[in-house]
Amino acid sequence: MKSAVLMFPASNCDRDMVVALTKITGTKPEIIWHNDSTIPDVDLIALPGGFSFGDYLRAGAMAARSPAVKAVIEHANRGGKLIGICNGFQVLTETGLLPGALMRNASLKFICKDALLKVENNQTSFTNAYAKDQLITVPAAHHDGNYFADEKVLGQLEDNDQVIFRYVDDQGRATDTANLNGSRHNIAGIMNRQGNVLGMMPHPERHIEDVQGGTDGLAFFESIINSLNS
Amino acid sequence: MKARIYVTLKNGVLDPQGKAIQHALVALGFDGVDDVRQGKFIELELRETDSVKAKANVEEMCKKLLSNPVIENYSIHIE
Repeated sequence: MKSAVLMFPASNCDRDMVVALTKITGTKPEIIWHNDSTIPDVDLIALPGGFSFGDYLRAGAMAARSPAVKAVIEHANRGGKLIGICNGFQVLTETGLLPGALMRNASLKFICKDALLKVENNQTSFTNAYAKDQLITVPAAHHDGNYFADEKVLGQLEDNDQVIFRYVDDQGRATDTANLNGSRHNIAGIMNRQGNVLGMMPHPERHIEDVQGGTDGLAFFESIINSLNS
Repeated sequence: MKARIYVTLKNGVLDPQGKAIQHALVALGFDGVDDVRQGKFIELELRETDSVKAKANVEEMCKKLLSNPVIENYSIHIE
């Protein structure tokens, strides 16, 4: 699998993503700087976590208008696979490739802890190596992860099985207490209707080796490889 | 000419920062504040001298960058 990782000023999870993709695919991803207006032909583009452009105006707002992201949108519109993790998710909502917006956490606090997630849909290019309803632990680290969309959009996401990950308790229940950041419907990750673009707040690339405290992120990347081979 | 832009959260969008400000005001002894909504104020210096054209141009800026239509409204004041 050929992949590319975008880098913006103040991205800070790009290296984690490069390490994860190199380990899992066996090939080092291309690094794309935000000012590059062309992107090499790759199977997967990853928008990493961080605080691109210092979160000026709104988290992800500046990055979403950068030349490289213009090329990323074309890649996605051609059906290319695209993931946005944390700040990358914020960028994807700002481009309109994914619906909704990510607002300040309801607690107003930066949240840095392992999040328990339920895999709501495992019939996707990003989750086929998980079991349906599997509970996984994935590290979260964000200040603006509070997913918001109006009732109409939430209804569409639910009806079309586009909610991929939800914050849950250890019984798999999407309770208010388990809802890390106040997200509508406990949403931690969603996919576009076409199934080639996914955004999520927690960081699967940070749980790929035992030394990191868990390996539940591995199946996320394995799923993408599976989808390309099938 | 100058454009003053107010970006505010849409009705129905929760504003935890506004709530925190309200609580802080109460804690400081200011009562009678029923609600607080926090927004943004953006000021532009424009080269344009035609206020109709200026407003149309700023409208585009608001749609494309300065506001997020999913969660925010904006109002434009040209002087």
